[in-house]
Amino acid sequence: MNPAQHGEPRDPHDDGRPRMRAVVGSHRIEEEIFGRAFDGKVVRRIWEFVRPYRRQVVISVAAVLTFTATQLSIPLLIRYAIDHGMEPGGVQNNVLTVVAILFAVVIAINYVASRTQEAVTGRMAENVLFDIRRRMFAHLQRVSLSFMDKTEVGRLMSRLQGDVNSMQEFLETSVLSVGDIMLLVGIVGVMLWLDWQLALLVLMVIPILLVVRILWLARARAAFMAAHEANSVTNGALAEAIHGVRAVQAMDRAALNARLYDELVEDNFNAHLRASRLAQIMVPIVDSLTGIAMAVVVVAGGLMVVSGRIEVGVMVAFLFYIQRFFDPIRSLTMQYSVMQRAMASGHRLTEVLDVEVAVQDAPDAVALGEDDDGSVEFRNVTFGYDPEHPVLKNVSFRVGSGETVALIGPTGSGKSSSMALIHRFYDVDDGAVMVGGRDVRAVTQESLGRHIAMVLQEPYLFTGSVMDNIRYSSHWATDDDVVEAARAVGAHEFISALPHGYETILDERGGNLSLGQRQLLSFARALVVDARILVLDEATANIDSYTEMQIQRALRTLLEGRTGLVIAHRLATIRNADRIVVLQQGQLIEEGDHEALMDAGGLYSRLYTMNYASFDDLPDEITEAERAIAT
Amino acid sequence: MTDTSTELQANDPQRIFRRTSSVGRDQGLGAIARITRMAFRYPVRVTLALVATVAAVLTQLSIPVILGRAVDQTQAIAEGGGDRDALVASALILLAASVARGLFTLVQNYTAESVGHSLARDLRKDIYDRIQRLSFSFHDRTHSGDLITVGMLDLEGVRMYFSTALVRTVLLTLLIGIGAWLLLSTDLVLGLLALSFVPFAAWRSSVMQLTLRKTWLVLQERLAILSRVMEENLAGIRVVRAFSAADHEMAKFDRASTEALRLSHSRINVRVRATSAMTMAFFGAMALVLLVGGRQVAAGEITVGTLATFLTFMTILQMPVRQLGLMVNAYARASTTGARLFALIDMPVAIDDAPGAPELQITDGTLRLEDVSFAYDGSGGQAAVSGVSFEARRGETIGVVGAPGSGKTTLMHLIPRFYDVTAGRITIDGQDIRDVRLSSVRQAVAVVQQDSFLFTTTIENNIAYGDPFTEGRRIRGVSDSAQLHDYVLGLPKQYGTIVGERGVSLSGGQRQRLSIARTLMMEPAILIFDDSTAAIDAGTESRIRAALREYAADRITLIVAHRLASLMHADRILFLEDGSVVEQGTHEELLALGGRYKALHDLQMRPEGDVLDEKEATP
Ligand SMILES: Nc1ncnc2c1ncn2[C@@H]1O[C@H](COP(=O)(O)OP(=O)(O)OP(=O)(O)O)[C@@H](O)[C@H]1O
Ligand SMILES: Nc1ncnc2c1ncn2[C@@H]1O[C@H](COP(=O)(O)OP(=O)(O)OP(=O)(O)O)[C@@H](O)[C@H]1O
Ligand SMILES: [Mg+2]
Ligand SMILES: [Mg+2]
Repeated sequence: MNPAQHGEPRDPHDDGRPRMRAVVGSHRIEEEIFGRAFDGKVVRRIWEFVRPYRRQVVISVAAVLTFTATQLSIPLLIRYAIDHGMEPGGVQNNVLTVVAILFAVVIAINYVASRTQEAVTGRMAENVLFDIRRRMFAHLQRVSLSFMDKTEVGRLMSRLQGDVNSMQEFLETSVLSVGDIMLLVGIVGVMLWLDWQLALLVLMVIPILLVVRILWLARARAAFMAAHEANSVTNGALAEAIHGVRAVQAMDRAALNARLYDELVEDNFNAHLRASRLAQIMVPIVDSLTGIAMAVVVVAGGLMVVSGRIEVGVMVAFLFYIQRFFDPIRSLTMQYSVMQRAMASGHRLTEVLDVEVAVQDAPDAVALGEDDDGSVEFRNVTFGYDPEHPVLKNVSFRVGSGETVALIGPTGSGKSSSMALIHRFYDVDDGAVMVGGRDVRAVTQESLGRHIAMVLQEPYLFTGSVMDNIRYSSHWATDDDVVEAARAVGAHEFISALPHGYETILDERGGNLSLGQRQLLSFARALVVDARILVLDEATANIDSYTEMQIQRALRTLLEGRTGLVIAHRLATIRNADRIVVLQQGQLIEEGDHEALMDAGGLYSRLYTMNYASFDDLPDEITEAERAIAT
Repeated sequence: MTDTSTELQANDPQRIFRRTSSVGRDQGLGAIARITRMAFRYPVRVTLALVATVAAVLTQLSIPVILGRAVDQTQAIAEGGGDRDALVASALILLAASVARGLFTLVQNYTAESVGHSLARDLRKDIYDRIQRLSFSFHDRTHSGDLITVGMLDLEGVRMYFSTALVRTVLLTLLIGIGAWLLLSTDLVLGLLALSFVPFAAWRSSVMQLTLRKTWLVLQERLAILSRVMEENLAGIRVVRAFSAADHEMAKFDRASTEALRLSHSRINVRVRATSAMTMAFFGAMALVLLVGGRQVAAGEITVGTLATFLTFMTILQMPVRQLGLMVNAYARASTTGARLFALIDMPVAIDDAPGAPELQITDGTLRLEDVSFAYDGSGGQAAVSGVSFEARRGETIGVVGAPGSGKTTLMHLIPRFYDVTAGRITIDGQDIRDVRLSSVRQAVAVVQQDSFLFTTTIENNIAYGDPFTEGRRIRGVSDSAQLHDYVLGLPKQYGTIVGERGVSLSGGQRQRLSIARTLMMEPAILIFDDSTAAIDAGTESRIRAALREYAADRITLIVAHRLASLMHADRILFLEDGSVVEQGTHEELLALGGRYKALHDLQMRPEGDVLDEKEATP
């Protein structure tokens, strides 16, 4: 049967024409990569991170200035030696000796200054980089999950790495820029001092350079931006291929993806060639201007020498300065784009740092302690990931301390969302969630974590040993505690059979274990916490009933007196629940123990019958009725 | 924490991706040779780049000579003997030389970069293609972060090779060689003095770069750990929150970060020591030239112009000599990054088409497993599946049950040939799946994977992933069969809704239904559900089954499930234990057998009784 024959649901947007729905990578356009070169707000934020190192900043700027001064003085020394130390015939030894001594002193100062500058600046920039990254990472530990849900990991990673690195580059170059600017000013100053007329003649090339540069910059910026963007699109597609490789192969998309990727690569190639052309075009321009300046010095300077206005040494010094003169201009314009990039990065960094921590401890939050009981209560809770579309509507129920309550309902009915609220992953829109008799908003999140242990629907494991994974953040747990938890969930046997037992390193996401085994480890991880309340969201969905029964048996003693909240689609899982809460479409529709609910003949009793009947025997009306209810 | 390296055998081909510092010398040299050969795929541009380099060097070197001459001419005129026109001519030549130098440098840089970009383009395609084709067993054992490093960072290292290593070698050799010859032939003593800093700086700079390289490799490994800590933290943020483990994670972060910071600082120290020593050597040599040259000028042995030439030369040489180190570094970088990159590109694709393999021909649609066994690499030969045989015909449904780790997923992954059996064989209509085209097997066998990956795109694109040219009508059809359609219609953007990374904005059951829908889209001859209704309630599941009743009639359906209601109607049920089939038959037969299946069944069928106190439940 062709599945398309079903009911033919209408879709107003469909024009009936087949079109290709294939892309590789998520095509998001990165926000402006080249922003303004200076953004006061961003600079102020970044300054916060530099402030602790302001002593180093002062030292490195001082060192840069000294360094520049020595660089400036060397051609002067040469000029002095040429003009006064080597008049043909009359050898003036003392001049050359003085020059030699001065040279030695200058070299020594230059050595110390350059060492100091590079070391201090380099370290400061590294420290700032690590500080920013740490602050961002710490902040991400606190921002609300709704932000994290919407944001791709790859994107955050590029902020934690790429953007942070360009801030570092920025700090290093901005110290250098100070040096370059000083060098430029110094060179101009010295040239003017040596001979202002010749200097002015030479400096005429500067306005030309500036005009060319400004005209060039607008186009180059667009080209660089395009290249940068093409890179991130291509890399994004590669990352997707790596993460999704099993799906790609299973659905035989490799050939088509390779074709789509080739297109991205070609675009990327062309964008880079364009950028490279634009970057290189400046080389002959700058070189020609250098040539013009030198020619001017040779002709005009030469004539001045001839007329006796200046000495040959001045002319040589000018030639030297001209060659050095374009270096700072070149690097300054380069630093200009570094600065632009840095501002854009800084902007993105502050964006992360400024993500509102929607869920945070109230100032007067108290810690849930041993004395607080393990009760959980929903009071008229309404909640939606998007407040317009609530997924929980006015839900109220109470779980007494030490009770076990099951939460069941069709898929998407809001069970996992309720569990998320107990741990205050999100804040309710209306009503209140109480744990241990206190509103979760009035207790510290840290203590909630100690009070509640959760087994999430998705068993996520970290790269690392089995031991580290089960213990996770429960530092107080001994190896024996870990083994005991593993035994309780029936994982001890298979762990012992692994090549290195508890020290076996799990691959990414626990990929070298079966899904059920991963689930057992994540179950054990929650047991090690030894919390008052245990939340099990489909904790045994991928585990057979026999193993599950053994777990339940082991848990009986282990969880004596603790509160349990259990979500399960397999109703056999919840047979020991004291009470059952049935959710549908975000509403609590039934509540009671098994017998009461069976007698009531509502959704629970229907799901129950279906769980145990072969559905081939199901009369069609039930299916239809179910459909009507669920939609 | 245990060192991950203990897990990697020294001869493990994949080790190279984790331990950057493990690239051998021969591998490195081989990589260099190969990149060089690859560059010559673009002979015109390579030649152009090299010719332009030579021309740029020559014009570059002519500038100090012309300058020196101009200074001398000036002096000559000043002393009343010179020719003014010659001075103007010098100025014009100077200008021409400068322009020419700029143009040649432009050609040199642009062609060199374009060769680099062309190489990068070719390699990107190769890398992508290889990553997509490398089998599951490769990906099982290679961390995605390491592959991303190869595809992004290592690629850069190789790309830069042509312009920073090869072209620069030609450039520096010529520049220093000709420069030295010019200087020495003009004045031996002064020339030697001017060049005295070269050997020292070259040596210092190379040593520095090699040291930096070594620490860089270690730093790279540390940074990789740091990224992994951050990435896993972000990907597993729900776990982190559920355990209020921010402190724990910060401690992990700090451990990785402090170590990396310490290494960066030591790198800075190495660099600073070397560069300042080089600068000192340079200025020292300059002072010597000035002193000795000054005396010679004073003694009338050489002209001021000659001295100016010498000094200008030295400033020209200063940069390239420092860059010798960069060049050495570029070679070192290309050798390690190239070695890793080629190791990936050359990684044998374990599961590939046999030469001239024909398409799989589906006739009766019969699947047969004959004494199939399989062991994962690195499991020490411990079989995950051993000696499994069964046959299924078109229209039949086979159920598979078993404890976690009993080998169900592994068995299911053998049928689409995600892994090759280590013994026995799997045939579809009599054709061994290893003898036909892989792509046709994948088209014929579709799996709803237990741990399925959803793409960060719209619901529609996800459903159409296996058949992107399909009509919208079919998308809604399969979505309806998977009981997803009604939910989607309730969303503001309907089929255009983005599902979030790996489907975070969907509930567990919605994710599973989406992967069911996209698999149905493939219209396979063999359809496998690997525990893919675990997060779906019985009601919804039964509607999915009902919708698929006809769909299943002309294909084979394999169902792995823990909820027996999902598979009790199957034509045959296999009970797996430690990779072997220990019970087999229909639901009724297995119940009659009174073994493990029956025990499982009893556990599920009597939920109200407190089975935990009963002893007989043990199978
Ligand atoms: N990629 C892998 N590398 C090494 N060993 C693996 C890998 N995947 C699974 N295993 C091991 O192979 C065995 C069989 O795993 P498999 O995933 O087939 O189990 P399963 O029956 O599907 O279990 P579940 O019900 O938990 O899904 C387990 O012991 C598991 O640890
Ligand atoms: N992070 C999220 N962002 C936006 N919407 C979400 C998010 N998580 C869940 N939803 C939506 O909220 C609704 C309830 O989801 P929830 O995960 O609570 O369902 P559930 O009852 O646990 O279902 P299942 O049994 O399938 O796991 C669903 O419609 C789902 O699409
Ligand atoms: Mg859920
Ligand atoms: Mg499995």
